[in-house]
Amino acid sequence: MSTTGKIYGINGPIVTILGNQGFQMSEMVYVGQGRLVGEVIGLSREETTIQVFEETTGLRPGEMVEGAGRAICVTLAPGILTNIFDGIQRPLQSIAKVGGAFIPTGVNVETLDKSKRWETKICVSKGERIYPGTVLAEVPETQAILHKVLTPFDVCGIVTHVVCHGAYTIEEPLVTVALDEGGSRELTMTQQWPIRVPRPVTRRFPAERPLITGQRILDTLFPIAKGGTAAIPGGFGTGKTMTQHQLAKWCDADIIIYIGCGERGNEMTDVLEEFSKLVDPKTGNLLMDRTTLIANTSNMPVAAREASIYTGLTLAEYYRDMGYHVAIMADSTSRWAEALRELSGRLEEMPAEEGFPAYLASRLSAFYERAGYVENLNGTDGSVTIIGAVSPQGGDFSEPVTQNTKRFVRCFLALDKSLAYARHYPAINWLTSYTEYLNDLAPWYRDHVDPNFVYCRNQILNLLTTESRLNEIVKLIGSDVLPDDQKLVLEIARVIRLGFLQQNAFHAEDTFVPLEKQLKMMEIILYLYEKCKSLIEMDMPMALLREDAVFEKIIAIKYDVANKELEKFQEYRKMIDDFYQKIMDANA
Amino acid sequence: MSIEYLGLSEINGPLIAVEGVQDGFYEEMVEFVVEGNQKKLGRIVEINEDKAVIQVFESTDGMSLNNTHTRLTGRPMEIGLSEDILGRTFNGLGEPIDGLGKITPECVKNVNGMPLNPCCREYPRNYIRTGISAIDGLTTLIRGQKLPIFSGNGLPHDQLAAQIVEQASLGEGSQEEFAIVFAAMGVKYDVAEFFRRTFEESGASSHVAMFLNLSNDPVVERLITPKVALTAAEYLAFEKHMHILVILTDMTSFAEAMREVSSLKGEIPSRKGYPGYLYSELATLYERAGIVAGVEGSVTQIPILTMPNDDITHPIPDLTGYITEGQIVLERSLHQKTIYPPIQVLPSLSRLMKDGIGAKFTREDHQDVANQLFSSYARVGEARDLASVIGEDELSQVDKQYLKFGAAFEQEFVAQGPSENRSIQETLDIGWRLLSILPKEELDRIDTKILEKYYVGQKAEASAT
Repeated sequence: MSTTGKIYGINGPIVTILGNQGFQMSEMVYVGQGRLVGEVIGLSREETTIQVFEETTGLRPGEMVEGAGRAICVTLAPGILTNIFDGIQRPLQSIAKVGGAFIPTGVNVETLDKSKRWETKICVSKGERIYPGTVLAEVPETQAILHKVLTPFDVCGIVTHVVCHGAYTIEEPLVTVALDEGGSRELTMTQQWPIRVPRPVTRRFPAERPLITGQRILDTLFPIAKGGTAAIPGGFGTGKTMTQHQLAKWCDADIIIYIGCGERGNEMTDVLEEFSKLVDPKTGNLLMDRTTLIANTSNMPVAAREASIYTGLTLAEYYRDMGYHVAIMADSTSRWAEALRELSGRLEEMPAEEGFPAYLASRLSAFYERAGYVENLNGTDGSVTIIGAVSPQGGDFSEPVTQNTKRFVRCFLALDKSLAYARHYPAINWLTSYTEYLNDLAPWYRDHVDPNFVYCRNQILNLLTTESRLNEIVKLIGSDVLPDDQKLVLEIARVIRLGFLQQNAFHAEDTFVPLEKQLKMMEIILYLYEKCKSLIEMDMPMALLREDAVFEKIIAIKYDVANKELEKFQEYRKMIDDFYQKIMDANA
Repeated sequence: MSIEYLGLSEINGPLIAVEGVQDGFYEEMVEFVVEGNQKKLGRIVEINEDKAVIQVFESTDGMSLNNTHTRLTGRPMEIGLSEDILGRTFNGLGEPIDGLGKITPECVKNVNGMPLNPCCREYPRNYIRTGISAIDGLTTLIRGQKLPIFSGNGLPHDQLAAQIVEQASLGEGSQEEFAIVFAAMGVKYDVAEFFRRTFEESGASSHVAMFLNLSNDPVVERLITPKVALTAAEYLAFEKHMHILVILTDMTSFAEAMREVSSLKGEIPSRKGYPGYLYSELATLYERAGIVAGVEGSVTQIPILTMPNDDITHPIPDLTGYITEGQIVLERSLHQKTIYPPIQVLPSLSRLMKDGIGAKFTREDHQDVANQLFSSYARVGEARDLASVIGEDELSQVDKQYLKFGAAFEQEFVAQGPSENRSIQETLDIGWRLLSILPKEELDRIDTKILEKYYVGQKAEASAT
């Protein structure tokens, strides 16, 4: 018999029950006649506090609250990919079928399609010993992804019966197992897992492989490791969402979980439409085949917004356990933090900085620590990479969410308003951004791309840093008075900014650039710098060098050289040599 | 079944507490009868067993703890709607105040609305020509978008909004039905009157539904006004298949009203005393713009807000910017240079622009021209800073050209007459003419092919002078 109670008070998404009725902390509850889904968030002898994941309009004191006897869980089985869920894993497409274009309250739909029969290949045989995480069966969930049905983590024993290969629904038993602790259990494709509990792993590996994104400023200047964490803070209009979209489209993870947490409805529609059309260049499959969307838009209930982050994380960990590399795009963690603040305010908790609850930092750290490159219980390797957007209030990075996030992520990609105003995209500021992964990843770049890669990267960053120092002077006295070698640095830095850092997401070739081309671009820019430098050392004036169109041609490489015609770089090298020779001939 | 409760247990500004309430529910509407004749409306905002806290939509003057009868209506806040609301004027609660009598409702809707399912939305792609270069060219308005105007007190945001409405609605002779829903929250009488007169003069007033809560009307009513207006807009758009432009002014007053009521309720304040749910509240309004897939009709929102002290980082513009799909920012210094409309283009943005322009919709060079104008105008700022330190004479040749470009951009591209209606071709051509002030090498945001095709260069400039 489940625990029940009666509603005493209602204040927005917070419902209270008088007295202690025996509910458990974090237990899932059904509230009122509409059976709205809620969660117990506070217990005392005097009252039980519940947050409700749906609109509470129409709820009356005295209506029943019923405990589910378990924490808020996600349902894990084939059918998760290509789907779009709300913050507590209810499929929005099914809700639309039941409730129409607008989302009604108390709508009851199945999380996953229980009638669909999946083509199943059984991977265990009778008499085999299975452990938590052992792959029981394989199901081609989409064109791109083979779903592995895992043994639940509380099951350990010997298989006594298996079904034949064939088509099964997610609820039909596949395997019967005699448990070590006695008794037997039938296993289906479905399992439940509480969203707030990290799924266990054997051990964690250091992050030594990069998440390749095809975005030049990320891959070269500020790489992210697989299993790493990154934050993208930026005021409104600086391109957080665009950057997240680009990463979701092109990064080399196997699976993308895109969490739209308190963001715009039209943006989620955009992702849905675009990903259903776009083809993954590496596999030729639709991008949607490897993607799950969690959409809890800003006008959907605030408590579900808080939960959406955990729902997404748990789904990601589930696919990681199958041995996949998963990347989570959380857009935006500030909305999640604000949901915490809103609920905390309703609970009349003592506010800390800027009204945020004092536990903001510990919640953020617990969130980011669920990322990692790990060995799973079944011996496979997988990773969860978390890339969280942060929307600082007033674009000011000193606010609590940005500051606390900075403590727990190792890659910080600061978006800059002035770059965005000048429509320099991605508007990642190369002076305030940083990555701690560079040293971890350097061996990989050396072995898999080129020994020269990190050296080039450092040269490029050096030039940019020098430029910013020179710009301080230019701001005071103008650029004309600088010596020619410094003018050259400014010119090369301009080439780097326009030709390398700026990347056009809407250009067919430029939207994704392989590492080889990135390296070649860096090399050709540095070669140009070297040649010009030696001309300047021979007292050729910068004004003379600037007359040549070579700088503009190098800038246009990103458009003019297709990703597949890297041999063209030889021509550019020759062009620079000719330019050098021409100047020498004319002036020496 | 309607029980009447006699007497109240507490009155605190617009908030009233009643005890012994049976079966009341959260956000239920309540009717009060004061002294047996005066009727007032309220809404339950907090309920603890039998004690309800009720927000009164009118002034609580004259109410005492003894003389008031309270009756629960058993319904949330609703409004009766029919197509007849067009051409009419209502108060902030949706009651007619134009003396033309009640409307006969065709249906009754809950004003709280429901969130639009993201997978039933249609991504907005149809651009709306406003005839204003700074908007059409650089921050294109898309049908189904929410694009606020960030303004300050004393800036001509009302005039700009009226011009957008006038030119966007009556252009092109299209066959689609178009209507305007206008919601005023705490605005001055003159402002409401200005809009009414403008609609009348442009002959649009039969297509306008006005919801007015003026600055001397009750504060609590202000909280419900935008919801009522948006409910009407959704009805006209999705059930009557019209294209609706919603003007909400002034969102700052709405947020102020929220802060006032929140502090009376004794809630814990977050930023600048605004309640923690300010973001969620604003979002439930702004997100009611959009297009439902497979349904003819759309809701486009142009909220107007005055930034306190012209500060764009103030919580109201800040949170708004995070929810809306861009913003049009007005700047005082441009206004002081007598440039109308004083749109500062650099912080202005339209997020939906990228998908609604280009060869299929406007012209192939639109995106490139826009990027280049933004980028070059940003550079103008740097040149001006430098000029203010070392003097204009000392600037390099290129920087001088930028100064010239900057002045021309403000005077010829941004500035236009209050009834000047430019076509997109004109706007882009002005853009090219201005870009030609700059040397070709400086135009680094434009695809080489497009540059070859459209760049007019110095000769055009020479012939122009």
